[in-house]
Amino acid sequence: MKRVFPILAILTAILLWYAMSIALNPEIHIGGITLNGAPTEQTMGNVQRIFYYHVPSAWIAFILFFINFFASIYYLIRRSQAADIVALVCAEVGVVFCTVVLITGPIWARPVWGIWWTWDMRLTSTLVLWLIYMSYLFLRRFSSSGQTPLMAAVLAVFGALCVPFVYFSIWFFRTQHPQPVMGGGGSIDPRMLHVLLLNWLAFSCFAFLVCWWRYRLEVLQREVDRAHAMRSLMDEPNQLRSAR
Amino acid sequence: MSTNPYLFAAYAVTWIIHIVYLATIFSRSARLKREIEELKK
Repeated sequence: MKRVFPILAILTAILLWYAMSIALNPEIHIGGITLNGAPTEQTMGNVQRIFYYHVPSAWIAFILFFINFFASIYYLIRRSQAADIVALVCAEVGVVFCTVVLITGPIWARPVWGIWWTWDMRLTSTLVLWLIYMSYLFLRRFSSSGQTPLMAAVLAVFGALCVPFVYFSIWFFRTQHPQPVMGGGGSIDPRMLHVLLLNWLAFSCFAFLVCWWRYRLEVLQREVDRAHAMRSLMDEPNQLRSAR
Repeated sequence: MSTNPYLFAAYAVTWIIHIVYLATIFSRSARLKREIEELKK
């Protein structure tokens, strides 16, 4: 890990920089070569470029919540420590991406809709989804019970039911939020689609690396906790002897 | 490209959120390394 991780981190940073450059500019020049970026949208203008961060962040949050769901089910069946850690890590990183969605959305809505927020089905369900996973993280952080992973896994299974509801809410309800650009009634310029997918790829690589780092940290944390517990068990007879 | 304040805010906020999260992981990692060193003593 020590050798591969820095190389992947550098490659991901380059990809993120390139993805951001083509998201912000209609064309970029690198070493005399001109590369096409995202064209300026005719109605909204440059503010539409928020789309290239807002949508990939939402997709990644949904994917991470689904991984959390499958890892939680696996934990409930097998009581696997690794599955419990994967569930925790995916929920944590998913909440970070969901926070980005909830903040970039209103920043985009203000100049386009004239309002920061509206209690329509897509926005409200996304907020509820974020609150569910925040409660999941609070449960994991502040509950000291031995049953915490089990309770968290059950919460995650029910929480994941909210993900398809958020995604399909714009299909089944009349909302302020636009239709999906892929797999729905909407359409998108191929150059915009290219930039969107590249940003999604870049942020997916970034999310994967963050999850990897966080997973290793959690494994180490649990080993340290076990070592502390062992030490206190070994110290206990000595303390009892000295008390007598 | 003319700078749109909303566009700038959205991109800046995104990176601030990610950087703050990375900083918390880094700080947890550093604290854990210190704990491991103490356990080794």
